[in-house]
Amino acid sequence: MNIMSLPLSEQAILLFAGMVLFTSFSLLAQPRIVAAIRMFAWQGVLLSIVTVMVAVDTGLHHLYISALLTLLMKAIFIPWLLHRLVHKMEFQREQDILHHPVLVLLAGGVLVIFCYSIALPIERLGNSVTQPIIALSMAMVMLAMLMLITRHKAVSQVIAFMAMENGLFFAAVSATHGMPMVVELGIAFDVFVAAIIFGVFFFHIKDSFDSLDVDHLSSLSESDQ
Amino acid sequence: MLDLIDFKGWLLVIIQTWMFVFLAPLLVGWLTWLKCHLQNRRAPSLLQPYRNLWRLFHKDVLLPKHASLIFRMNPYIVAGVMLIAASIIPLFVVRMPSSATADVIVLVGFFALAKFFQSLAAMDIGTAFGGMGASREMTVSALAEPAMLMSVFTLAMVAHSTNLSTVVETLIQHGLVLRPSLLFAFAGLVLVAIAETGRIPVDNPSTHLELTMIHEAMVLEYSGRMLALIEWSSMTKLMIYGVLICNVFFPWGIALHHDFYSMFIGFIAIASKLMLLGVFLVVAETVLAKMRLFRVPIFLSLAFTLSLLGLLSYIILEVGS
Amino acid sequence: MMVVYFLVGTPLFGALLLGIVGHKKEGARINLLLSFLTMISSLYLVYLISQQQILGNDSSDFYIDSLNVYLLALTAVVGFTTAFFSGPYMLHEAKVRKLSDARMRLYHSSYQGFIFTMLLGLSTNNLGVLWVSLEGATLTTVLLVSLYRTPSSIEAAWKYFILCGVGIAQALFGTVLVYFAAAKVIPNVEDSLLWTQLFAHAGELNPVIITIAFVFLLVGYGTKVGLVPLHNWLPDAHSEGPTPMSAVLSGLLLNVALYALIRIKMITDLALEGEQTVHIQNLAGYLMMGFGLISFTVAVLFLHRQRDIKRLFSYSSIEHMGLMTFAFGLGTPLSTFAGLLHMLVHGLTKSAIFISVGHAAQIAGTQSIEKIRGLIQTQPKVGWGLLIGTVVIAGFPPFGIFTSEFLLLSSTVHTYPWLAIPLLMGLSIAFAGLFKHIQPMCFGNKPENQQPVKATMWPVFLHLIIVLWLGLAIPEQLSQWFNNVTILITGSGVL
Repeated sequence: MNIMSLPLSEQAILLFAGMVLFTSFSLLAQPRIVAAIRMFAWQGVLLSIVTVMVAVDTGLHHLYISALLTLLMKAIFIPWLLHRLVHKMEFQREQDILHHPVLVLLAGGVLVIFCYSIALPIERLGNSVTQPIIALSMAMVMLAMLMLITRHKAVSQVIAFMAMENGLFFAAVSATHGMPMVVELGIAFDVFVAAIIFGVFFFHIKDSFDSLDVDHLSSLSESDQ
Repeated sequence: MLDLIDFKGWLLVIIQTWMFVFLAPLLVGWLTWLKCHLQNRRAPSLLQPYRNLWRLFHKDVLLPKHASLIFRMNPYIVAGVMLIAASIIPLFVVRMPSSATADVIVLVGFFALAKFFQSLAAMDIGTAFGGMGASREMTVSALAEPAMLMSVFTLAMVAHSTNLSTVVETLIQHGLVLRPSLLFAFAGLVLVAIAETGRIPVDNPSTHLELTMIHEAMVLEYSGRMLALIEWSSMTKLMIYGVLICNVFFPWGIALHHDFYSMFIGFIAIASKLMLLGVFLVVAETVLAKMRLFRVPIFLSLAFTLSLLGLLSYIILEVGS
Repeated sequence: MMVVYFLVGTPLFGALLLGIVGHKKEGARINLLLSFLTMISSLYLVYLISQQQILGNDSSDFYIDSLNVYLLALTAVVGFTTAFFSGPYMLHEAKVRKLSDARMRLYHSSYQGFIFTMLLGLSTNNLGVLWVSLEGATLTTVLLVSLYRTPSSIEAAWKYFILCGVGIAQALFGTVLVYFAAAKVIPNVEDSLLWTQLFAHAGELNPVIITIAFVFLLVGYGTKVGLVPLHNWLPDAHSEGPTPMSAVLSGLLLNVALYALIRIKMITDLALEGEQTVHIQNLAGYLMMGFGLISFTVAVLFLHRQRDIKRLFSYSSIEHMGLMTFAFGLGTPLSTFAGLLHMLVHGLTKSAIFISVGHAAQIAGTQSIEKIRGLIQTQPKVGWGLLIGTVVIAGFPPFGIFTSEFLLLSSTVHTYPWLAIPLLMGLSIAFAGLFKHIQPMCFGNKPENQQPVKATMWPVFLHLIIVLWLGLAIPEQLSQWFNNVTILITGSGVL
């Protein structure tokens, strides 16, 4: 299915999907924590825009609710919470220095290709416009995992964690036009609770280690000291 | 089939190339004018770059003592390369006979050639600034060229051709298609253009601050008509990038046929597109601060990532299986 | 159906209630009472299932069959006995570690919340809800791991949160893919995540998608099972959290994650039945065998070098989960039967051991193996409990673990004789590793001024007696269920 054979509204879905992937990449490379939070919020906004567009395109009403949930959770509540915590702990100017940013970005590119090759057989089965997005959503999950392992600050790890949730949501929207409502509500609730617990953890980590650097969290391991 | 002795066509090529070259200082004048107005300064006339060039052409050339042939040849080589490069870019009309001679990858090669000689010449005279500028220029271009190539490949894949004329024509025929790939390629190419033409935030064309300058450091030893040629070439380069971005990503208005009316429309179109692009560029330059030299690789890796994303999203999102 | 609602609703109500009054003196008692109610309703459920085999229909939200009913009962029973143990234990901990009221509230509320997520996950028919409840299990326990607020407990909790969160995210991706495949063949799209529907239409599901989905689900739920190399969170979380939580984590949570894997494997096997080669048909089984065997081997080797008693037994949990995963991966009727039995006896034994370990650590005032000495001299009940528990978990006859391991070994010898060698070697290495540590802890002279503590040991002996009973004779009804499940999973029974 070539993009030129699609109506403009569906082309726009793909365009915004591409932009969502771009936000994943910029999260990957963004060392400044406040900027990363903002970028994460934009990812949430773009996600809910895509969801609304898919809802309009397919006429599935429950997707409007999903879009609203995403907007409230991912674009407003979680960024707000993180912002507040960062300000409270006076971490505004904190940076999460990325070693070898170019290498990480390249690895991200390789991951996208990898996900594409995995998702190819899945895409072949569908004929919906959102089918190609499955590869993107898988890539978002992988990129978030890459971000998780390349970061050293608890805040950016949480952002990565939530970006991974975004990828999963994107997968659900693109592959199956959302999950059954009860599951979707359950997931949203889990994410909500997880965000709050993460917030609690910041304070614990700050109190115990006097910084949010997770490199300090390395006393439990099987290696001999 | 294109007639090789297509007089009208070749005439158009010549007109277009000379317009490129002679309008380039006007574009720079327009940028300066805009910038001054935006910053509440008194603006010089739009024609000020011409006057500068004129003045430089009438000055004597002072050559450094140890300057070799390369140093003396360099301005002519650079100017010549830019002239050829200008001849293959469709300014206001497509289907020119010259487009068969070189495609967009050769264009990248032309720029590399010019930079190669520029850097050689900068090192030739053996001053500290020359060597420093050359090494910085090479660092930037080593990172910028892959990004530009990626972006160009994306274009080529979308249009199934590397020929600029064909690319522009195909994109017009496709009509309005919201392509994520072109969005990314556009963003990537803009970043590359900023780096390659030495604009803020990568380089500042209007200062000679030794800590940060890249392009200016290489041409410090030139004077008179040689300096004029080099300045003029870099103006042309800016123009080439501007026209490339405008015409490839927003091709509407360019003349598809060689008749006067559509060419006139094409001219108006490209002129207004360039003016608009100038506004965006100047606003961005006013808002942004020049970045530290060590951040430039990150800036360019962003450009590369964008271009790569363009390529990937073309394959993933647009072709379909 | 009412009984299921009651079963799942009781701990949910308990979590909310104890969130308000959990710090009071009655908190522990309310916790116990609620767990008792849960246990009673689970036993009633067992009775119902023994009458009518299946509760729920193809499109109901809850579905109880022979596979999950005994796990539900196990969860409720262990939840109750552990609650009994947790009362005096946490009182002692609260005194020693100066836990505030808020943290006691958190503890009791999370305990019930955790039981709720386990029961919900086991009884639901919806794979999506199963995911939600397993994620919920992480969320309810993560703050328990860091209950003591020591730097190492916070580290453990953070690792637990991040690793399990990332792992379980993969499982959600797999679930989305399953839904994607199912939505194409199941008439009512809203029902496409119901396990009964998926099972009924499994043959029509697209094999490629299901294969990819299975890999994601295996990685995801495998993290929760504690399969190597995704096991790092498990020893940390077990060793740093309060002991009642270690008991329910090892005894219950790992089982529920494995249960999820079994359900998925049943669908995958049917979906891949039509493939050409045997290798692809058994793909899910091979993957599980591989992961299981690696987990078993690695855990067995790590047993030897542990210095912390709770870490020691958490590695033992990884070892046994690996064994069960291997058993289900092998997929013969006998090995499946063995795996089902092993889930039950391991859950009982491991929670019993953790209860003894908790007391042992309280007696010695530390979890360090080197400093726990002369338990039998100090407090014979605890010492013997720990010793017998270890004997059971090491697989001595005539206990139930011996039975299940024996069944597994003989079925391995039938299908892949050469795989029996690493299994046997591993079991003996594990045996040596456990007793190397346990022997000086139980026997030997007691250190100066080591005092007995108030211990609740009857849950330990109750669990061990049940395991002994299961080793000597499996009740008719239970073996009938195991046989039913075996038929459901492999197509033929063993009885």
